[in-house]
Amino acid sequence: MAILQVRNVSKRFGGLQALNDVNLSVEEGSVHAIIGPNGAGKSTLLNCFVGRLVPDTGTVMFDGKSLLGIKPHEINQAGVSRVFQTPEIFGDLSLLENVMIPSFAKRDGDFKVNWWPRVDTERDVQQHAEDVLQEIGLYEKRFEIAASMSRGDKRRLEMAMCLSQDPKLLLLDEPTAGMSRADTNATIDLLKRLGETRGLTKVIIEHDMHVVFSLADYISVLAQGTVIAENTPELIKGDPRVKEAYLGTEAE
Amino acid sequence: MFGLSRKDTLLLIFVAIITFAAPILMNPFPTESSLAQFNAGYPDLMQRFVIFGIFAIGFNILFGLTGYLSFGHAAFLGAGSYACVWMFKLLGYNILPGIILSVIVSAIFALAIGYISLRRSGIYFSILTLAFAQMSFALAYSVLGTDMFGLKGGLTNGETGLQVYNSDPQIFHSDSAPDLPHLFGIPMRTTEVVQYGAWEFQFNVGFYFCAVVMLIAFYLSIRIFRSPFGLMLRAVKTNQNRLNYTGVNTKPYALAAFVISGMYAGLAGGLLSAMDPLAGAERMQWTASGEVVLMTILGGAGTLIGPVLGAGLIKYFENIFSKINEGILKGWFEFLPDTLGDAVVWVLYFFTGSGWHLTLGLMFMLVVIFLPGGLVEGAGRLFGIGRRKKKTPASKTQAAE
Repeated sequence: MAILQVRNVSKRFGGLQALNDVNLSVEEGSVHAIIGPNGAGKSTLLNCFVGRLVPDTGTVMFDGKSLLGIKPHEINQAGVSRVFQTPEIFGDLSLLENVMIPSFAKRDGDFKVNWWPRVDTERDVQQHAEDVLQEIGLYEKRFEIAASMSRGDKRRLEMAMCLSQDPKLLLLDEPTAGMSRADTNATIDLLKRLGETRGLTKVIIEHDMHVVFSLADYISVLAQGTVIAENTPELIKGDPRVKEAYLGTEAE
Repeated sequence: MFGLSRKDTLLLIFVAIITFAAPILMNPFPTESSLAQFNAGYPDLMQRFVIFGIFAIGFNILFGLTGYLSFGHAAFLGAGSYACVWMFKLLGYNILPGIILSVIVSAIFALAIGYISLRRSGIYFSILTLAFAQMSFALAYSVLGTDMFGLKGGLTNGETGLQVYNSDPQIFHSDSAPDLPHLFGIPMRTTEVVQYGAWEFQFNVGFYFCAVVMLIAFYLSIRIFRSPFGLMLRAVKTNQNRLNYTGVNTKPYALAAFVISGMYAGLAGGLLSAMDPLAGAERMQWTASGEVVLMTILGGAGTLIGPVLGAGLIKYFENIFSKINEGILKGWFEFLPDTLGDAVVWVLYFFTGSGWHLTLGLMFMLVVIFLPGGLVEGAGRLFGIGRRKKKTPASKTQAAE
């Protein structure tokens, strides 16, 4: 069953046609990669999923509901979590607090003046956050301040924050951008492990072919705002159109 | 205790002891000594310490937690003052209805101003709040201060200030009740003067009433700081973008913090009127808004106790340093040769008397440059809470691995 369905989405910025009649459907439980050369419209498309941009035409349906015209926090409450290109975390707060915030948001909804209880006596949320940190391998560092972490750890923390909400769909915007080879491999392993233990539906936007072919079940290739090919990784590798638009230029 | 952690309970008890003992602690010098002018233990000043402490505690809930810097909080202080005096005029001199109304009025006022101002953030938010406060000041000073609706002097009585007249209704006033602000018959002005050797201590009813209110306000602010709500407010300050994509609607959180801090300001304004039943427009002026910003930063924004310390320090300077005139300075430096003494007095005079702002400015500069965490950071360094600092390098190397 398709959990995310994109139909005829177009988006224009002034004279630039960023997205042109994009159709896409993401199967539940799959890892769907969106690849394409720079400026292909990958990030624009992702921003249409999370409420940052509204497409000029077309529809985006998630879990049977339209995502158009509703705000980012409402989309998150509906079950979509997002990992950013540069990790967006709460730098001044401890790792544990970083993970407790999304857990509170999941439990209490988008707004609640929950001012009488104490954070450190909210055992259920704290326990949940600690479990997620354990799962992702940051439990030992839970009292450290997030801003002092390495880039790789920040990325892992951001994933822990998303996972703590148990999302139906996880969007990853270039999860290994700017990472060392070792950090990239660690991230691939982590995502693979999460795929096995949690069976999450993921949409990955990625530049790095190594990452894409290690993780994806299905690939959509975007070029100049249009989906030019969609298939399994094996078949995408051999597709001449893809080679021409993307892989070919890189191989030269 | 009280649902607080051990550390917070100790802090609350410590603040309570200091506050209740203030009439003694603030008068360390014998009455006849030459240092007696540094005594701050008189009712009027001590009331101001705790009332402006409340104002700063509330301001810190907005600025310290969410990072939104309001330059218009005096508007709520003024609104609270007017509301309280109106209750005196209409109902009588019991202070409870006045204080309750001042909190309600300022909450409504803060809701309206906050709703509009919070459409912007950063400097634009600050400017919007400043603009609203200045408009409120202009309204109170002139527009609403002219005769209207058959009311002589309008709602605010303009530049004279709102006060209680014999012709006012005061429907619950009875002849047995005192003819000045009181709490169920106990006048706020009652002061017990105790002589102990060369010392004199003044125990004032109004001060103790304000002190109890401040301790309750302080307790509530600790609860807010330690709650999931407080955590969300700190998240608003740190990364609003992430918070939005985490399923949290950030605007109502910021607005709630704004209204709560407005209510604290209104409470402080109500108490000011309850101590002295006169409300003037100058309480809404931008200098008053700036003062609470200074108090909070000086003491330590985002810390629990900082704003109270900052409020105390600034009020102390305002009242004590400003009283040091040329004559007093000359008295101190009598032992120096004439020309040198004159020179020293000439220099120091810039920093005392009406020049006390200069001392305050210098102190503010030093704190901001050397102790960005305010006085609380300074105290922390003094008492070796810097132990936490030692831990950081070790953990950093760990993170880098």
